[in-house]
Amino acid sequence: MAKYLLLKHYRGAPASVNDVPMDQWTPEEISAHVQYMNDFAARLEKTGEFVDSQALAPEGTFVRYDGEGRPPVTDGPFAETKDLIAGWMVIDVDSYERAVELAGELSAAPGAGGKPIHEWLEVRPFLAAHASCITE
Amino acid sequence: MDEALLRSLTPGVLAVLVRRAADFAAAEDAVQDALVEAVRVWPADPPRDAKGWLVTVAWRKFLDQARSDAARRRREDRLDEEPAPGPAPAVDDTLQLYFLCAHPSLTPSSAVALTLRAVGGLTTRQIARAYLVPEATMAQRISRAKRTVAGVRFDRPGDVATVLRVLYLVFNEGYSGDIDLGGIAEVPQYPLSAEAIRLTRQLAAATDHPEVAGLLALMLLHHARRAARTAPDGSLVPLAEQDRRRWDTASIAEGVRILQSALARDRLGEYQAQAAIAALHADAPTAEETDWVQIVEWYDELARLTDSPVVRLNRAVAVGEADGPRAGLAALAALDTSLPRYTAVAAYLHERDGDLTTAARLYSEAAQKAPNLAEHVHLTRQAARLNTRRPH
Repeated sequence: MAKYLLLKHYRGAPASVNDVPMDQWTPEEISAHVQYMNDFAARLEKTGEFVDSQALAPEGTFVRYDGEGRPPVTDGPFAETKDLIAGWMVIDVDSYERAVELAGELSAAPGAGGKPIHEWLEVRPFLAAHASCITE
Repeated sequence: MDEALLRSLTPGVLAVLVRRAADFAAAEDAVQDALVEAVRVWPADPPRDAKGWLVTVAWRKFLDQARSDAARRRREDRLDEEPAPGPAPAVDDTLQLYFLCAHPSLTPSSAVALTLRAVGGLTTRQIARAYLVPEATMAQRISRAKRTVAGVRFDRPGDVATVLRVLYLVFNEGYSGDIDLGGIAEVPQYPLSAEAIRLTRQLAAATDHPEVAGLLALMLLHHARRAARTAPDGSLVPLAEQDRRRWDTASIAEGVRILQSALARDRLGEYQAQAAIAALHADAPTAEETDWVQIVEWYDELARLTDSPVVRLNRAVAVGEADGPRAGLAALAALDTSLPRYTAVAAYLHERDGDLTTAARLYSEAAQKAPNLAEHVHLTRQAARLNTRRPH
């Protein structure tokens, strides 16, 4: 088993095929979308592949250390940041192919007009903390 | 005795009770009891207004039943709370334990964790799960909290207000902050809310303080709406759109009774005032019949007691309902725009005022600032509803 992060971007990913912002959908289309996402997570829980799913607020702040005895420097929010993460799902699956397959299904969530969004999701493998005992 | 008349009145009487948020089965029982009473009393003493008489008697029967159900549940709760055999701790010890777990030297999250563990008797795993953190993290938080209060003397009375704040936090974690424009933040996580009620009930039994009663009443009145608060798909249902027949009338009756006896002691505090507002909502058979004028008066009272900006934000909503959206927007204009949920309130008031374009824009903006996913989806849906409306 290996863990993968399925990343959803507010910005920074190529445009979706069905690229209509959610506040322009009908309330029923929003309900259908939410239902699809809930069902997807519930299904992965049943197959034993679900790890975690979180959404992020759009506004963040950059912070860095500024030397001994000083408060950290903060900057932002960066409205013009190129890449903005909206949320993620972590899955634990048997193969890279399975991770891609699931990301494809997640990207098919319905959007405007009830049609799939075809949203670009980023699939990132986790670097495991320990070397596997069968790597040699 | 005109049996046909009696029969013809029955559905109307039942409808009144069901509309008053009684559950159907209980209302039906109460009406039956009232009919039996009518058969007994009317021949000798016929009422001038037959239906009015039946409604009054049936409602009284219903409330009696609700109260005795509530009393039975309380007795059962007490049974559950009985300590394991052995030296039983005195009531004062229980109270001291509450004070200790809410000690001012603790951070709010530590006080909450310690209260649930030490007073509530939940396992670390249960608490960790409720707050969505790893068990090891919660174990550390609790043991650090225990170390923090290790030196605190157990014999000195603490401040009830700090205990109430902790219990309120626990309840709110299961409920998230409510706002009167329609419970946009009513995110359900019932086990924590139920636990908060149980702990507050236990505290009320250990101490004689009208604010403890006020908080208990407040929790019961909010908890009574839990079934109506979410749609089958998990989305939030605003207060005005909730099916009031699904409110828990026994919980409401108990909350109102506790509140009334607390208010009678004439030592008003913020929890009693908040409970009074919740009781006014519970008392309205429909959203349209809400007594917003009285709610505004309670918010004025609450603002005097706490001077909290959140209270003034809620007050602006109530003013909008009592005196019209323009008055609400005027009340809003005096507040800091960076207040949480300010934009959501502004959107709602603009919609009520008929400015749907501004409302839609503000709903979208509010969705971006929403503190949780359920609210985010709810506010986006509000924007979508206005953006995609068909012109009439």
